[in-house]
Amino acid sequence: MEENLTKTCLHDRHVALGALMSPFGGFDMPIQYKGITEEHNAVRHEVGVFDVSHMGEVRVKGPDAYKFVSHIFVNDVTGAPDGQIFYGMMCYENGGTVDDLLVYKVNDEEYFLVINASNIAKDVEWIRKNAEGFNVEITDQSPYYGEVAVQGPKAEETMENVLGIPVKDIAFYNFKTFPIDGEEVIVSRTGYTGEDGFEVYGSHAFTQKVWDKLMDAGVQPCGLGCRDTLRFEVGLPLYGDELSADITPIEASLSMFVKLDKPEFIGKEALALQKAEGVKRRIIGLELEGNAIPRHGYPVEVDGVQVGEITTGYRSISTGKSVAMAMVNKPFDKLGTKVEVRIRKKTFPATVVKKRFYDKSYKK
Amino acid sequence: MSKILDDLRYADSHEWVKLEGDIATVGITDYAQHALGNIVYVDMPEVGDEVTQGEDFGAVESVKAASDLLSPVSGEVVEINEALEDEPELVNQDAFANWIMKVKVSDPSEIENLLDAAAYAKVCEE
Repeated sequence: MEENLTKTCLHDRHVALGALMSPFGGFDMPIQYKGITEEHNAVRHEVGVFDVSHMGEVRVKGPDAYKFVSHIFVNDVTGAPDGQIFYGMMCYENGGTVDDLLVYKVNDEEYFLVINASNIAKDVEWIRKNAEGFNVEITDQSPYYGEVAVQGPKAEETMENVLGIPVKDIAFYNFKTFPIDGEEVIVSRTGYTGEDGFEVYGSHAFTQKVWDKLMDAGVQPCGLGCRDTLRFEVGLPLYGDELSADITPIEASLSMFVKLDKPEFIGKEALALQKAEGVKRRIIGLELEGNAIPRHGYPVEVDGVQVGEITTGYRSISTGKSVAMAMVNKPFDKLGTKVEVRIRKKTFPATVVKKRFYDKSYKK
Repeated sequence: MSKILDDLRYADSHEWVKLEGDIATVGITDYAQHALGNIVYVDMPEVGDEVTQGEDFGAVESVKAASDLLSPVSGEVVEINEALEDEPELVNQDAFANWIMKVKVSDPSEIENLLDAAAYAKVCEE
């Protein structure tokens, strides 16, 4: 056990359920309860619930909130109705990625930012540092909020029937706040699995109550193990694998979230230049021949020369194929390019494919 | 509680070996398969490969991670368990019945470097 690991408000539940626990982003988190495969399939075909209380929450409030969020965020929240959510990144001046995050628009003077657990301290420092000169109040609410993600084709009926929260009218990438038990609970139609689903933010006491109700109703608890296999299959990035301080969103093949037509934002010049000149390397998908499994860090080669490396790889639980996301140099990023992946002592032929190994089934 | 068979010898890296004449049958232990969870791939050596005691000869992979296999003996691989190519999950079902490779050992006395069942049980308790 590593020292100084934070426990989420559901930690004792995980231990009681016999979960395999492991450090993640400074937290002692459940990796699996029953097994990654079973939990993965529950989310793809039924419903599952994740403790994602390790995620960070930052509230930005004040007359300059819109201007400030536009300054630090690469996506464009201009003109959005209240209750809409945006996915995007915060970048450094050089275009490297500080973090990827969700921005919830409460109104023009208030935004709610959801950031990665491993980046909370760094992000809050970055946000505060860049808020100088803006009339905004920044509050790190990570210690207050617990969060669960209810994911899968049966997520809507679970939210309505088990939790009694009316979510039918919440559209994809939108949220509502509900007054429940004397507190404001945030419910959004979002997730990290490629399935329909909801994320629920509330106090620790509320989060524990929600979790217990879901367990009593027999909903499958799901660990971070299948959270990773699920997000991977639909080509969603994980900070630390496909994004980092050294990887720009353009290199991560996430240009669609970078709105270069915005008047300004941190990193715009570097990203615009990279977009104009073309990147030297980018994240692509690979499909391997055979059963060997590519893992993070394994070399990608052409004619015995390394041209990139695996960022995430698995035997896809949904399709049974050995697939990976990889950062490769140009021009080996083109669809259909033949490469080889070095796995221990051997190399295995692979083909560049789209980095979506399983079709998303969002309810839009 | 994991199963440990009395008549086998063990490496502290969780491989078992059964020596009959100069042929050693090698697999991973019940403790190891349980710790790994669902095994989805076994990377086996090829017949004719030379293996060395304490050095890697392949890997077992769960959904989440790859774990190197360390050979408990030195010698030449004479057979691999081809059934594991299509059904790696057999190792989860019975880790002792579903061996991984057979080795013609070059030095049978190497077996004395390995743990007996009682000593291996202590490794698993730590």
